[in-house]
Amino acid sequence: MSDRTAAAPESLLASPDQVSQREITQEIQDLHAAYARREEAGETLPTTMHDFPPYRSSILRHPTKNPKLVDPETIELLSPAFGQRDVAAVESDLTIQHAGEPLGERMTVRGRLLDSWGRPLANQLIELWQANSAGRYIHQRDQHPAPLDPNFTGAGRAVTNDNGEYLFTTIKPGPYPWKNHVNAWRPAHIHFSIFGSSFTQRLVTQMYFPGDPLFALDPIYNTIWRPQDRDSLVGVYDHDLTSPEWSTGYRFDIVVDGPDATYFEPEEA
Amino acid sequence: MTVPARTHRPTPGQTVGPFFAYGVEYPRMHQVAFPHSPGAILLAGTVHDGAGSPIPDAFIEIFGADADGTVPRARGAFRRDDHTFTGFGRAFTDDDGHYEFWTRNPGATAGRAPFFAAVVYARGLPDKLHTRIYLPEDERALEADALLASLSADERATLIATRTPEGHLHHDIRLQGEKETVFLAF
Repeated sequence: MSDRTAAAPESLLASPDQVSQREITQEIQDLHAAYARREEAGETLPTTMHDFPPYRSSILRHPTKNPKLVDPETIELLSPAFGQRDVAAVESDLTIQHAGEPLGERMTVRGRLLDSWGRPLANQLIELWQANSAGRYIHQRDQHPAPLDPNFTGAGRAVTNDNGEYLFTTIKPGPYPWKNHVNAWRPAHIHFSIFGSSFTQRLVTQMYFPGDPLFALDPIYNTIWRPQDRDSLVGVYDHDLTSPEWSTGYRFDIVVDGPDATYFEPEEA
Repeated sequence: MTVPARTHRPTPGQTVGPFFAYGVEYPRMHQVAFPHSPGAILLAGTVHDGAGSPIPDAFIEIFGADADGTVPRARGAFRRDDHTFTGFGRAFTDDDGHYEFWTRNPGATAGRAPFFAAVVYARGLPDKLHTRIYLPEDERALEADALLASLSADERATLIATRTPEGHLHHDIRLQGEKETVFLAF
């Protein structure tokens, strides 16, 4: 065991070198071009790159070896069983968790949870967390000078229905500053945590908003190196999901990843 | 029967970021088994970065079979009733990078080496990492295990927990560097 002690978490949030946005953006572009060349040369690259130095805190936290390809066993081909016992219906509305109404743009996000063959996944748990409309997280370690909203926590849960659908009501989050580099701002985003029917399908991701000017500047968004994969994390504005005098609506469908061994329903295996 | 070609591109994963705690925490989430109940053990260890420093803002999830080898199908992992075994738990690392679960030793399924399926998340980790935490006792089953057999001795050691004199399990996870934990793709 190591006898090193952990640094205070607060001190870990600022990267030590603090380069400019211009340098970070250039690093991102150079890496994307290098990955494209590697793929052209026949290498198989993951969708999200673990080794992505523009995201400074990843430098000592990414594995250096390729993951080992294994055949999943039973425990990995199933997943914890969820149902309404685990989540109350009100947990999917982040605007009714306090005495008053939160400030900001009320919005809904609706989507379907699908497997790699487009089949809906019913009764699966989705967790969501986000900053408030001012870009401030309620987390104690977020101390940047934007206001907390006493009527908004920013965490919710839902269980998908029989058609694999979910719906959250929330407030559109603001962009927030972080200390990865000088003047670093994250595009507005909502964190999603998803359970599929198989533990191998476990997914944590972020949903973004259309047309955000911060996309090209953000090291985290760009850990996903292919443009079409990055695009798939942008929620789609859908006017049919917008309610008159009430809320704007976004669609965000989620696809959990294979593997082939999950094709058969467990009871048929 | 052959598996048809996949028609849908998977949604890419992203880091959990720095402020996940209030989003994914729930009461007694690390108590897969009720503490000190018959058969309950601690599964504990430290998560390290490539410099050997403990990581204070990571979390681990485990999913494991019950002591008789059956895969839990009971609901309620997010609403513990303190007696139903759902097999699933989640633990944050503390300020020293330490995590711990109360759980049960998974039993063997069809004579295979028993293990916990585990997933690691952290600030600074761009996407989740899958791994396994094997029980150390059944050496014959460990030798016969297809994954372990494909690894070097050093790599194998990163996947097999250590039994403490008290009967608990100790298992460190290293995201990078010498003794880097073996992570999995399916």
